[in-house]
Parts: sequence; structure tokens; C-alpha cells
Amino acid sequence: MATLVQAIRMALHYGETHLGVKDIFGEDVGAPLGGVFTATQGLKNSWNSPLDERGIIGAAIGLGLAGDRCVAEIQFCDYIYNTIDMLKLGGMQSWASNGDWHLPMTVMTPVGSGIRGSIYHSHSFDATMTHIPGWKVVMPSNPLDAYGLMIACMKDPNPTMYLKPKALMRIRGTEQIPGEPPLTAEGERQLKEMIDAPLGDRSQWKARWPEGLTDYTVELGVGKTVREGDQVTVVSYGRTLPICAQAADALRQEGISVEVIDLRTLWPYDWNLVSESIRKTGRVLYVNEDTEVTNFGEHLIRRTIEDHFYHLEARPRLLAGAFIPGVGLADPLEMASTPQLGSITEAIREVAAERA
Amino acid sequence: MKEIISEGTRLRPKSAGAKFRLDPELLIKIHNNMVKTRVLEEREIRMYKQSDGYFWIGGPGEEAFSIPLGMLVKKGHGLDYDFLHLHYRSAGIMTCLGMEPIDALRQMKNTALDPFSGGRNFSNHFSKRAWNVVPVSSTIETQYLTAIGTGLAHKRHGGTGITIVNGGDAGTAEGDFASCLVWASRPGNELPMLIIVTNNQWGISTAAATQHGDKCIADRGKAFGIKTGVINGNDVEESFLALQDAMNYIRKERKPFLMEARVSRLYGHSSATGCNYIAEEEDCLTTFEAKLEAAQIMTRKEMDQVRETYNAEMLELSQRVKQEPLPDASTIYDHVYLGQKGRYW
Repeated sequence: MATLVQAIRMALHYGETHLGVKDIFGEDVGAPLGGVFTATQGLKNSWNSPLDERGIIGAAIGLGLAGDRCVAEIQFCDYIYNTIDMLKLGGMQSWASNGDWHLPMTVMTPVGSGIRGSIYHSHSFDATMTHIPGWKVVMPSNPLDAYGLMIACMKDPNPTMYLKPKALMRIRGTEQIPGEPPLTAEGERQLKEMIDAPLGDRSQWKARWPEGLTDYTVELGVGKTVREGDQVTVVSYGRTLPICAQAADALRQEGISVEVIDLRTLWPYDWNLVSESIRKTGRVLYVNEDTEVTNFGEHLIRRTIEDHFYHLEARPRLLAGAFIPGVGLADPLEMASTPQLGSITEAIREVAAERA
Repeated sequence: MKEIISEGTRLRPKSAGAKFRLDPELLIKIHNNMVKTRVLEEREIRMYKQSDGYFWIGGPGEEAFSIPLGMLVKKGHGLDYDFLHLHYRSAGIMTCLGMEPIDALRQMKNTALDPFSGGRNFSNHFSKRAWNVVPVSSTIETQYLTAIGTGLAHKRHGGTGITIVNGGDAGTAEGDFASCLVWASRPGNELPMLIIVTNNQWGISTAAATQHGDKCIADRGKAFGIKTGVINGNDVEESFLALQDAMNYIRKERKPFLMEARVSRLYGHSSATGCNYIAEEEDCLTTFEAKLEAAQIMTRKEMDQVRETYNAEMLELSQRVKQEPLPDASTIYDHVYLGQKGRYW
């Protein structure tokens, strides 16, 4: 019963032992810390870099161009903004060279609110990242997908951005990752003993990795319907996805049938899945926690209107983060800044009730 | 009787190179590449002025440095060979690597046959995977960051391949240059990188002296324990020998070297500054030819003949390029991702 961050760690281990990942690096990524969220503990190819985000992305690009596959981490997406032109550069290597070069590389970075991270540890990055062509962008919402999406990223020959919803790092899945110990309390304890670094002196510690890990892959560009319904479609990803599912379960008691789609890959996104659902329900709500102006959900609304204007029975809606510079630290501020269970439930209720 | 060496059908006295430390044959080859590059770029400028291209940017005036550099590159694909992270004043390097001049003209004219970018990028924005030349970017500093990655890969791979990165003096104001020095000199993880700054004293229209308090850019490397050198990049022989020494050091010791080459900027920054010949700058080709003539390695007539030959060739090539098709508009989405054709995939 791996947590989401343990799932990422196991996938990275699989990557360095089976997929040719030679470098897993970034600030505090190597020993002794193994990442501020422990995503890289115990990995043989992990190492610490200078505190230099532009250097990290530049190094990753160069490694990829040299043919060495890597996974680079930016410690928080709040600190990735000074690398924007490097991300743009990475995304254009194939296109600018008219296909002569391609760039296999993966960048991962924690995103979003939910841990009371204050102004500089709560940003989202999906709106900005989906604005940069040449990248594939993913965000998991559960451990199994976290594993499978990381495997997919490490296999892809293009730049991939792996957004880690930091509020979900410690959640446990209900679906077993192939090779992990059983989904029991005992299995949970076993896995912790095997791959979580101990507190204190870690100089002699080595991870004992589950032997049966596989290349279980969540194909990029393929979403997943996590709740089936026929009255309203809700499309989300990352932190807000399980909340949407929770809201859907509650609303079912009120007689509102909600279909919830986990996009999983933001680019290229699974429009067929979304489109089919909208055809069925005629109503759609997009939910994410990035700031609401020029939000990725706005793009999805555009496609909804262009492709489904005459299928709609209500206005397509977006519920997103407030358009403010950051997420305030105090509890009432954070809760009011990003979508929560109450606001999501209410938004779904409104979309369901709207009369055409 | 004086010894003679054969250079094609011509015979010349070997002792004529006595005032140079380099072999006369090598000097003649360097001269040939310098002229070829200069004429190529002057043809590009003419094309720009005749509206056969939207924008010119390049490096006339850097040939005394860029040609020796290009001739010393270990050319090939993969980590056994040098990786090059170039800026847009590197036509001389590409010429030495074997670039066909018509390909540079194709990029100038943005034709569909431009092998570097398919008509997508400015002149002198080269890219060639087969030679480890990564795509040149118009940014003036990001190459100092991508070079870190191939430097890391070279370090791990071993052998004699090195990473070469060049940029101008103005770009060293960006933090990326400092990043390069930091990453290249991590204790125990020093990278086999030749970090080059071609210092022409200008950043577009802004004089370096008005913005930079440091008198010597290469000195910045000393703070990181990086070996450094400052050379007269207008001097062919000094450039060649200094580059040779630096590259031998990097290939053997697997550690970085920071080289600052003082060079001229003969046609300004780009189209943006008119791209007219600036007589006040030292012309390294003029200087070199005077020395060659004084040393009786080449005659004025021979050198003029080289230039005339290339002038005629570049003119003919440019005329041919003008007849080539432009990229088809339907291709704009191609290659956003590996193998992608058309919108999305």
C-alpha cells in the first residue's frame, strides 16, 4: 500500500535499473535527504546539484542531447519560474532543428496547495506548463498512476514534465502497484522498512527494493473515468481529483449522477474521453487549483464550446484558484484561495441544476 | 637548394614559413577557410540587403579564432566526440567541420532545404546532430547551461571528447555564465569543458566598458579554480596554439578551461545595426594576409584568387538558393514531438 511518493520512488528505481536513467538530480535530491518529500531516497543514481534551477534544467537538456536519460527535479514549482525560457528551449529542440534532434528528459516538481506552504510553496504550474509546446505534461492523483505515469515519462523520447501534487504525497492507493507488498497494514509496514530512509544517521542505509516491480505504464494522453454518471461531467487532475470524486459520491445521495474524469495527462490530453462524456451529460465542470485567468481549464472550455456547443444543456464552467499572487498561509486564506470540497460540491450542484 | 613542399600544382619554399610557428600548409588551409567563411557571410549580408532573407546575424571578424577552433574540433556523433554549444557567430567553426556553404545560404533565405532548421530560424543558427552541434538559440546565454549536461555526460563517458561552448562578452552578464562556472568546477566533479568568451567589446549597441567593471572576463574563472587564458583572437597563430594547448589539457585532464578571445566585430551586431563594414575595427583577415605575404607563404595575387573564387562560388550558390521553394505552410506542426507530422498527433 504505497504512498504516492513511495510509488514515484519505486518507479524511479525501476527507471534507473531498467530504463537507462543515469541521473536523478536536483537540490537535496541525493543522500542524505533524498528529496524534501523523500521521492528520491535510496536511489543509486540520485545526486545533489547546486541550488541553481536554471542550471538544473540546462544540465538536463544537455544530458538528453547527449543521449543520457535523466530525471531532474525542481524542488518546488514555485522556484521553476526562473527557468521558463529553459523549458521553452527544451521544448523546441526537435522543432527548431526540423526533427534532427529529439530530447528525452523528464523534469518533476511538486505543485499546488494543501500543506500550508505559504506564498512560495503553494503555487500551481499546470497553466504555465501547458502553455509551452514540445512537452508532455502529467499529474497523477493516486499512487498507481504516479508509478505508471513516471514509467511512461521515462520511456518517452520527448521532454516530459511530471507535476507532483504535494497534498497527495502521503496518500495511499487502493490499487496495487505490480510488485509492491500486499495492500495490507503488514504490507505497508514492510514497504516502509524496505525503502524509507531511517531518521538520524543514514550513512550506512541502503534501500531494499521490491523485486517484482514492473514497467507498468500509464500511457501518456490517456485519461480515466473514476466515477461514472450521466448528468454532469467533472474533469480534474491532481489534488482536486479525489475531492471531485468525493463530491460525486456525496451528490449521488442527492440524486445527482456525476461522471468524474481524471485527465492524468494534461498534454496531450484525452479529448476523446472528455468529449464522449460531454455528449452523454451535456454538462461539464472543469476543476483545478491553478489561478483562474488563462487557466488550462479555459482552453478545455474553448474546445468544449467549439466541439459541443449544440450538445450543451448548461454553460461549461471552470472552478479554479483565485487570481491572486500566491496562496496565503492562514487556514482561512488557503481554503478560500483554491477549490475545496465545499466549493467543488456546490459548483457541481449548480451545473447540474442549471436550466438550458 | 631550398626544400620545397607541394600544395596542389604550386611549389613553394618551406622556409618561407619561418616567421610562423605553424606549418605553411596549415596556414594556407586556415587562410582558405577564413576567406571562405568571410565571403560566405558577406554574401549573406548582401542577400539580406537585397531582401533575400529577413535578418542577418553572424560573426565576420572572428575568423582568426573560429577557424583554428573549428579545425581542432574532434568531429563526430556521440560522446566519443566533441559536443558544440554554439552561438550565432560560429560560421567559421561550421565551415571547418565541413558545412556546405549553400546550406548556410539556405538558412539565410529560409528555404525548405535549410538542413539546420527547415526555414524556421535565423541565419547562422546551426544545428547538426551528426556532428554533435546542438541547435543554436538566439538567447545569448542559455548555451552555457545546456553545455553543463553534455559536460556531465562527457565526464562519465571518459575518452577524449569534450564539450565546447562559446558566447559573447555581453552574454556573460547573465547568470547562466556564472552557473556554467559553478557546475563545471564542482569539487571532484570537474567537467571537461572548453568555455569560450569571444569578447568584441559590444552588446548590440552598448559598449562593454559602460556596463562591465571587470577588465578581464576570464578572471572570473580563477575564483572557481578553473584554468584560464586571454588571447588575441585576431591573431591566427596565437589562437591556434592557445586553443590546442587548452583542448589538449581538457581532453587529458577532464577539467574545464575558460578562454577569453579578444576579437573584432566587423559588420556590427546584425541587421539591427546596419551590418556595414566597420573600418575602425582590426580586420583579422587583412592582418593575416599581410603576414602571409611578408613571410612569402602566399602572394597577394594568390590570396586575391582565393577570394575571387569564393566570391564567384557564393554568388552562384545564392542565385541557386533563390530558386528553391520555401517551406510548405502545412508543415508548421511537424516535429514538435519526435516523428510528429501535422497538428497534435
